[in-house]
Amino acid sequence: MNKTENNKAWLLVLPVVLLVAFSAIIPLMTVVNYSVQDIFGPGEAYWVGTEWFEQTLRSQDLHGAFIRQLIFSGTILLIQIPLGIAIALAMPARGWTASLALVLVALPLLIPWNVVGTIWQIFARGDIGLGGWFVNDVLGVPFNYTANSLDAWITVVIMDVWHWTPLVVLLCYAGLRAIPDAFYQAASIDGAGRLSVFRYIQLPKMRGVLLIAVLLRFMDSFMIYTEPFVVTGGGPGNATTFLSQQLVKMALGQFDLGPAAAFSIIYFLFILLASFVFYNVMIRVGRGGDA
Amino acid sequence: MARIEFQKLAHSYVSAPSSPADFALKEMDFAWESGGAYALLGPSGCGKTTLLNVISGLLRPSQGSVLYDGTDVTARTPAQRNIAQVFQFPVIYDTMTVAQNLAFPLRNRRVNKREIDQRVGELLEMLELQPVANRRAAGLTADQKQKISMGRGLVRDDVAAILFDEPLTVIDPHLKWQLRRKLKEVHERYRHTLVYVTHDQNEALTFADKVVVMYEGEVVQLGTPQELFEAPAHRFVGYFIGSPGMNFMGAHLVQDGLGIDGTEITLGGHWATVGRQHAKSRLAIGIRPEFLGVSASARDDAVPATLLSVQDVGNFKLVRARLGPHEVTAKLAEEEPVPTDGVHLVFQPEATKLYADERLVA
Repeated sequence: MNKTENNKAWLLVLPVVLLVAFSAIIPLMTVVNYSVQDIFGPGEAYWVGTEWFEQTLRSQDLHGAFIRQLIFSGTILLIQIPLGIAIALAMPARGWTASLALVLVALPLLIPWNVVGTIWQIFARGDIGLGGWFVNDVLGVPFNYTANSLDAWITVVIMDVWHWTPLVVLLCYAGLRAIPDAFYQAASIDGAGRLSVFRYIQLPKMRGVLLIAVLLRFMDSFMIYTEPFVVTGGGPGNATTFLSQQLVKMALGQFDLGPAAAFSIIYFLFILLASFVFYNVMIRVGRGGDA
Repeated sequence: MARIEFQKLAHSYVSAPSSPADFALKEMDFAWESGGAYALLGPSGCGKTTLLNVISGLLRPSQGSVLYDGTDVTARTPAQRNIAQVFQFPVIYDTMTVAQNLAFPLRNRRVNKREIDQRVGELLEMLELQPVANRRAAGLTADQKQKISMGRGLVRDDVAAILFDEPLTVIDPHLKWQLRRKLKEVHERYRHTLVYVTHDQNEALTFADKVVVMYEGEVVQLGTPQELFEAPAHRFVGYFIGSPGMNFMGAHLVQDGLGIDGTEITLGGHWATVGRQHAKSRLAIGIRPEFLGVSASARDDAVPATLLSVQDVGNFKLVRARLGPHEVTAKLAEEEPVPTDGVHLVFQPEATKLYADERLVA
């Protein structure tokens, strides 16, 4: 078959190209601009090539923050995904109790980040916070998140679990409700136990929503800033200083715009890469499915 | 292989049913004989699926009990009842291969590996699924998936009964015929009690020894395909079985017998006698198009009618005629002549039935 050569169709892509340019590429170029130059002021810019990038990749502070960030994201994923699935499974499927459960579960999602930070900052305090007081004075376990790094970590992790597990729950709940009754009926006829139903019906059918949940929670937790900033300020020392905080410290605290820009780009590329890997792994795990 | 019996069984999806219309299944006593191949026929929403779910135990009836070989199993789960059921749309376990899907009901019952392999092998062969045996079930076409579903229903040979809920809906016609024949073969070989739900009368009549017709939550007739054809116990059966359906004409009692509404025709004999016993009911006369003859000349046993149309449908003819206010259809053999004017309809007396409030009385 002879194909008619007509490249005018490319013009149809133009609106999207423009849109993406304005929404993503042009803003990003500003950062790229800073990352390869040393800019002192208007008209005083010196080309430095990859110097900032090299400096960033060698920085001990950043290595520390990166490791902490990985541990943090890994920890909250390991807690939130199974916990979210478990809560979704335990929630009632229909009736007014289902609506009530949904509202109760979703509440933390409606609270602004800053407020979440403030709530936990006060709640976990040993002197005036209910949680801190309970652990210290009722359980008798010394707990002080401003002085002890482990306590600070526990506080930040529990806060994130409290704030974001509901998102995983809602996604899983939606996934579970989408499974037709016939699957449960067939499993019952086939003599499958509760565990088999979970393993062979519910989990595979939730694959799609779990993929979204893992991606969202990974990206969000990897970029977390507000809550730890409010609760611990990155301390004690820099025990809870994650990448975003490190970045803000560099860009606004020390005004090192060049290294901060280089770091931003690496940060962005890493999240992109990790999301890409997650997506492909999870798609591969369930290849051939139609969920 | 069990005799399944319903005692005073009824089911309502409403928690406090007040009228008969609240019942998806109206109170019934009924028995499915061991080893029988039953077709359960009826329009959508008549309670077929509900009935099937009650048999299998997916649904607990709101009253009455279900007995397997005399044992009350009303409170038992489907797994405890050891029953197989195949649904209208394919249900497969996405993450398993075709062979693993088929083995699943056996594995759950801790059958030993050798026996599982043997049964699964037989089924793969029978359902022609060997080429895809080790493929993920998720990627297959709808009819292959449905074959897997059916295979899971057939894989256990010790089940009390196998229930099919319109299993061939998603299958294409050619394969449908083939699978129906397979099912019949399986039935002849293993003599399972089979209940096959369908709303396709051809499917029901070719597949089953006994046909159960349901209408509005009730079993209106149980019989062989021939009984259903010759003596429909309910107007619905007359209308639903056979093509075209039975002719019905309203009737009323007159001085010397039973008159057909809007005509001068009066029937005497047993129709009049039985009709009188049901004086308070709505009466109707029914006759199948196959038993309605057409004659050119006036005869003692023929009534004059107005010819409306003649339709040649290959190996038979459909004659539509008007009898008073009623339109009736007669089915004639291809070679039988049809008079162009002055038709007379001949009713075969033994095939002329009387219905009182929808039910056959004479």
